[in-house]
Amino acid sequence: MAKAQALYPDLVLMDADPEGDRLGLEKLALWFQHRVAPIVAVDAPDGLVLDTTGADHLHGGELPMLKDMVHRMAGAGFRATAVVADTWGAAHAIARYGRVPIAVVPPGNTASVLADLPVEALRLPDPIIDGLATLGVSRIGPLAAMPRAPLALRFGPDVARRLDQAFGRIGEAIVPVRPVDPVEVSRNFAEPIGAAETIARYIGRLVPLLCQGLDERGQGVRRLDLLLHRVDSRTEAIRVATAMPVRDVKRLTRLLCEKIETIDPGFGIERMVLIASLAEPMDRRQTVSSLIAEEEADVSDLIDTLANRVGMQALYRFAPVESDLPERSFCRVPALAPEETKDWPEHWPRPTRLLARPEPVQAMAELPDQPPLFFIWRGVRRKVKCADGPERVFGEWWKNDAELTIARDYFRIEDTSGERFWLYRAGDGEHGETGSQGWFLHGIFG
Amino acid sequence: MTAEPQKKSGLETLRAAISRLEGHSDRRRKVLPFGVREIDARLPGGGLALGALHEVAGGGNDALHSAAAGQFCAGIAARTRGKVLWIVTRQDVFAPSLKQVGLSARRTIYVEARSDVDVLACFEEGLRHGGLGAVVAEVARLSMTASRRLQLAAETSGSLGIAIRRWRRQTDAADFGQPTASVTRWRVSVLPSVSLPVPGVGRPRWLLELIRARAGECADFEVEACDGKGRLSLPATLADRPDQETTWTRRARA
Repeated sequence: MAKAQALYPDLVLMDADPEGDRLGLEKLALWFQHRVAPIVAVDAPDGLVLDTTGADHLHGGELPMLKDMVHRMAGAGFRATAVVADTWGAAHAIARYGRVPIAVVPPGNTASVLADLPVEALRLPDPIIDGLATLGVSRIGPLAAMPRAPLALRFGPDVARRLDQAFGRIGEAIVPVRPVDPVEVSRNFAEPIGAAETIARYIGRLVPLLCQGLDERGQGVRRLDLLLHRVDSRTEAIRVATAMPVRDVKRLTRLLCEKIETIDPGFGIERMVLIASLAEPMDRRQTVSSLIAEEEADVSDLIDTLANRVGMQALYRFAPVESDLPERSFCRVPALAPEETKDWPEHWPRPTRLLARPEPVQAMAELPDQPPLFFIWRGVRRKVKCADGPERVFGEWWKNDAELTIARDYFRIEDTSGERFWLYRAGDGEHGETGSQGWFLHGIFG
Repeated sequence: MTAEPQKKSGLETLRAAISRLEGHSDRRRKVLPFGVREIDARLPGGGLALGALHEVAGGGNDALHSAAAGQFCAGIAARTRGKVLWIVTRQDVFAPSLKQVGLSARRTIYVEARSDVDVLACFEEGLRHGGLGAVVAEVARLSMTASRRLQLAAETSGSLGIAIRRWRRQTDAADFGQPTASVTRWRVSVLPSVSLPVPGVGRPRWLLELIRARAGECADFEVEACDGKGRLSLPATLADRPDQETTWTRRARA
């Protein structure tokens, strides 16, 4: 320790606090359960395991979900690695001993990825690891290739079990942490159920009970989890999210029923649990009398349906941002965000389509501020018939020092065939420091 | 003399019989007029039918960019009430421009779907909802089956559905010839703008082709692009506008 302090003078020393760590990890697990997926368990001592099946679509796919998770952890001051794999064992191993912070192992590739990892990754007790080391086995690949019987004789059944769990040959149940006092309804079945219609029917019976519970508390559900306990002690889960607190039986039933096809009932489901894992107070709203104004239809239910299909971040509105640069003049806001009062100025016509990034074009123009005579875009030479401009836009020096001098001159240009484009010159045509003086096509007018 | 009314009533009964067969005899189709007499006269019911699917594509290079087609659709959507759902696969709509044809960004909700299949699913979901002013979807392939589903969804809810057909390659645009169940089919091509006496670009003009209209005839119009409220207009040289002429002379005299 003295040596460590000598190496790093500002080293912070703390006593180990396993109990505190465990509690912290459980809290974190609950947070993940709120945000990411319904089935979250603590993977002691330093990890969490999540069953994201049926929940990744809410975050735009597996990779964006992992990035978001790691990013949020980084924001809270933790360095985290996140891996999606077929099994708990594989994900545990790759997250701790893989080389990349974020990885999605495609289904079926588990074996090849695991082969290279050290045997420590297999969640085996230390004596077994030491024993394997004396045998000269350090990687999972060779260990998996060894005959089972001698291994079992020497180390007990653990090695084979952990190997099978990692390779997905035997299942491993994840017992989720439980949120504090959620509204929850459940139903046990004497006879396991499996048909989609039956599941839908029981969803239809559970949802009214849940809504009754929510009604008593004056809450609406933002995130709803349906856990289906199968007879082979695995748990399937469906998660639906809503943009606003909802307590409408029909709407929630519909959202859940749309997800039934993602369930794998296996040999049957013996218990269904419906949990409002995130509930928020729901305030009643006064409706406008039809005498005063025609009420605008409520679209929040449609937003929920679509969000559960394409993900919440794929649904948005554009809101104005006070910036002269076209690509910065808008931002995405949630579809049901409160309406902004600002609006874009309407001095100049704007193109219907804005290219994702300006495309360089070859153009010939008189300096300093004449529109081009012709330009070549995507291999087609277009002669300019008439043009409007220039509209000079300056860099935002208050945001970025590099933009202190730059300027762009925008022109609205019509070619001889009548097509209209939005071109700009990077620079003011006189001073070299204002830009490269090259021409770019930025948008297309209707 | 008497033959004329009889013939007309015969035609009326036939029409009634057909619409009864089509299943919407009990209620009159609502329409959204363009406000341009020449165009509305060519459309059955005197405007763009609500509760129906319409197809719009750009002509020439616009089949790829859909700039004019997009603006045309935004102009239509701007004249409806309620929110507008705009479904895309790759987002390149420039929101300030939609505002310039009267479609406020506050009203427009974008859905960025991953594939054409998702676009169609969201499109149908939006049409089924019934509370939206218009549902606009940018889609490349639209099969007969898919379009029929959309048309049925629109019919049951009374929503206005507009499919902007937009392709990645010019060769794919031949797909626009394939039959679909949409009620009207439009092609919007850019024309040189109105020439001004000073240097500059005048008001944009389009060639608006009504390629197909159920229970109607094809037509094409040269129009001036959408104004700030999403309305089209006929170029002044073509329109017969005596009222304006008189105000002009009156003003000149005063």
